[in-house]
Amino acid sequence: MSERDKLVVIGNGMAGARTVEEILERGGRDIFEITVFGDEPHGNYNRISLSNVLAGLEEPGAIFLNPLDWYEENAVTLHAGVRVTRIDRFAREVTADDGTLHRYDKLIIATGSRSFFPPIPGLLEDDGRPRRGVFGFRNIADTEQMLDWARGATRVAVIGGGLLGLEAARGLLERGLEAHIVHRGSRLMNMQLDGQAGAILRRGVEDLGIHVHIGTSTARVLVADNGRVAGLQFGDDSKLECDMVVATAGIRPNVELAARAGLTVERAIVVDDAMRAQDEDDIYVVGECAQHRGQVYGLVAPLWEQAVVLAAHLTGADPKAAYHGSKVATKLKVSGIDLATMGLVEPEHDDDEFIQYAEPKRRVYTAVIVRDGKLVGATLLGDVSKVSFLMQAFDRGMVLPEERRSLLFDLGAPAAAASVDELGDDAQVCNCNGVTKGAIRACVDGGARTLRAVMAATRAGSGCGSCKGQVLEVLEWAAGGQLEQDPVADYYVPSIPLPKAELMSIVRAQGLRSVSAVIAALGTETGDAKAKPALVSLLKMVWGREYEDERDARFINDRVHANIQKDGTFSVVPRIAGGVTTSAQLRRLADVADRYDLPMIKITGGQRIDLLGVRKRDLPAVWRELDMPSGHAYGKSFRTVKTCVGSDFCRFGLGDSTALGIRIEERFAGLESPAKLKLGVAGCPRNCSEAMVKDVGLVAVEGARWEIYVGGAAGAHVRKGDLLCTVDTADEAVLRVGRFIQYYRETARWLERTYAFMDRIGLDAVRAVVVEDRDGDGERLDAALEHSLAAYQDPWLEGRQPVTANQFT
Amino acid sequence: MEVDGRQLAVFRTRQGWYAIDQSCPHRGGPLADGIVADGCVTCPLHDRRFDLTTGRCGNDDELRVATYRVEIREDLVWVEASGLRRPRCPARA
Repeated sequence: MSERDKLVVIGNGMAGARTVEEILERGGRDIFEITVFGDEPHGNYNRISLSNVLAGLEEPGAIFLNPLDWYEENAVTLHAGVRVTRIDRFAREVTADDGTLHRYDKLIIATGSRSFFPPIPGLLEDDGRPRRGVFGFRNIADTEQMLDWARGATRVAVIGGGLLGLEAARGLLERGLEAHIVHRGSRLMNMQLDGQAGAILRRGVEDLGIHVHIGTSTARVLVADNGRVAGLQFGDDSKLECDMVVATAGIRPNVELAARAGLTVERAIVVDDAMRAQDEDDIYVVGECAQHRGQVYGLVAPLWEQAVVLAAHLTGADPKAAYHGSKVATKLKVSGIDLATMGLVEPEHDDDEFIQYAEPKRRVYTAVIVRDGKLVGATLLGDVSKVSFLMQAFDRGMVLPEERRSLLFDLGAPAAAASVDELGDDAQVCNCNGVTKGAIRACVDGGARTLRAVMAATRAGSGCGSCKGQVLEVLEWAAGGQLEQDPVADYYVPSIPLPKAELMSIVRAQGLRSVSAVIAALGTETGDAKAKPALVSLLKMVWGREYEDERDARFINDRVHANIQKDGTFSVVPRIAGGVTTSAQLRRLADVADRYDLPMIKITGGQRIDLLGVRKRDLPAVWRELDMPSGHAYGKSFRTVKTCVGSDFCRFGLGDSTALGIRIEERFAGLESPAKLKLGVAGCPRNCSEAMVKDVGLVAVEGARWEIYVGGAAGAHVRKGDLLCTVDTADEAVLRVGRFIQYYRETARWLERTYAFMDRIGLDAVRAVVVEDRDGDGERLDAALEHSLAAYQDPWLEGRQPVTANQFT
Repeated sequence: MEVDGRQLAVFRTRQGWYAIDQSCPHRGGPLADGIVADGCVTCPLHDRRFDLTTGRCGNDDELRVATYRVEIREDLVWVEASGLRRPRCPARA
């Protein structure tokens, strides 16, 4: 495009500026000539931090997100302090209050909101501006004027006891004023809290030294002779003298400009799922001035989600990008009071589960609301130790523990881990890579705002992965809640912007059969060596025998079919299906160990024999002399089936666990999967083969039936498997196990073990596919599995004819 | 491959040939066995990532490997051995 389209953005607040950032990130600089109008005479800043500025916790200069040079560097023309007064959508022009006209091809309206001043006599001057001593709390100018005024004031009345009112009162209390909150409603923060929580919060707020007047309406503002505010007169005629008033009784979207231009405006400007104004192809709306499916949001998280969709749609990066509304969570930033809320305030349906705990004396109130097994609301006041977990469960619709009270308390666990705040900087968070809390904090101070960025820079959480939750907590703590959404989290590999299912269908549709073909067609240059093995796994699943192998895409273990050890030698684990071997095999194993002078022979946890210390060049000879197939103890694949003695010899045996174990292992041997699969089969509920803590476990029960458990784990993470179903025959067991494995292969994220997969997808959803076949997808899954199984070949046969000249050098 | 008593890892990539020290300065992992992506090789043992051109480690500032010039002359791979120099950062214990 020789001439770039003109993009005009009205509004330089958090929504406008963030949207521009998202557009630039999607190559917007090459597509658009971008012009931004902002009412305020400076760059974009973090409005949420104004409470901290008021309380003296942050300097005004420290809250800027994009200083003026940023606009210049990104070729964005900013008209700071210039207001757009008119939009002509037929001429495609906007008029600014400096008299200039600007043509646009695409327009974004991000005019945000303003403070709402309730119609109380005396609150405003005759010209509509706030009386001297009366303030809104919305922008830097408000904050600076309040601080100025507060220096000469002694008592402030804050009208409105919502989130912002509490923060304003606390800030001004810090500045030495006597602070009063005057609230019309029956409880503080009535948008977010139920009556009981509101009452406990009130006591907490009073503990801080703030006076709270609940259920109190203000009849008029008393005015001194010099025109300054002198006090409030309430509905019952009582009075409160004060020399400062802050109105935090809500906000109103700035929609007048849009309404005059003829756009559809209800409570705010009505938008579709692409964030376009109704019936307009070229006008987008984002942030607090947008009304989407009846909702108008006044918090920052929804605005970020909207910005992403808008930018993806506008730049064409994803023409199908759609906004589906946001789940709303808030945190109160008042030092001395911990409060987090999300979703519903009170149960709404008869069968909503409502679990509450209150300890008023300690100012603690916690409650969760569960609907259909999913978290739909939570309030944590005075005890926010579970907030990270609940926030995740709420955002992602995770499956919840059956014992609901464990949502609020750590049950039976070792004494609750020290909160992040209490940990010293030298406390080790990631035990695999020895990364301390201090190192993560430094990384966040250096600008990292996503888990992935922290992991890439510090390697924290990139070992066994079991500490990822804690790494995230430290990140949240260090970033003070300023986490960024990481869209990459949903991609199959970071360098290709597609989730797994879509990547699979494109790979199929375009006939992409090799890793290099996928990267050439869809990827950016792969910055991550881990992307290649992930793509190999996916391609082998999609194409089976038709997959075009490229050795350089494989991890070393998968190039030489053995597990690399710390000294560069390899371990060799032959298949001993079900852990049942013979004297002849044992003799051969012993002979090979002697002949190659192997330093260690080890019985593994999966009932195999591991020969350690084999040199790479000896691998083909070792395999040949063993004359046993690969046990696949190295790859992301189906590994082992551990069995107990079973019914042949065990006096308790109810089912033939060894026979079924061997059958399953021989059928699925070496099948590629998102992460390793370790199975177990037990001949009775005594569970000697530990089947309940396996990725898939089968347990024989009385009546010649088999229970099938999935999602168990007993490694870095411990989880008891979920009972998927109970079947009558070994044949049916093999069928259901296969269907589960194929569903997992197609649906799980790369390196997502079944325990995490089950938590993410949920037992009911898995059962619907694997057992009930609700969508009729069962036969297709079976066929896809057969296709993959048919492509299996024992990789150790490559020892006889190396694939490349240097495969084993 | 061994040159003047040093073990080198030689890579052929779509961008050309590269040679660096074979042994990872972190824990001695065999770099020739690593995956190459984006002009960097990732050690198979603990995922330290080295730039094939500069020898710099992308995820551990304390580590670096030596790099050597490679030329193809008449279908033979030549590695410049005279320029052998110790890596600027000592290997960690």
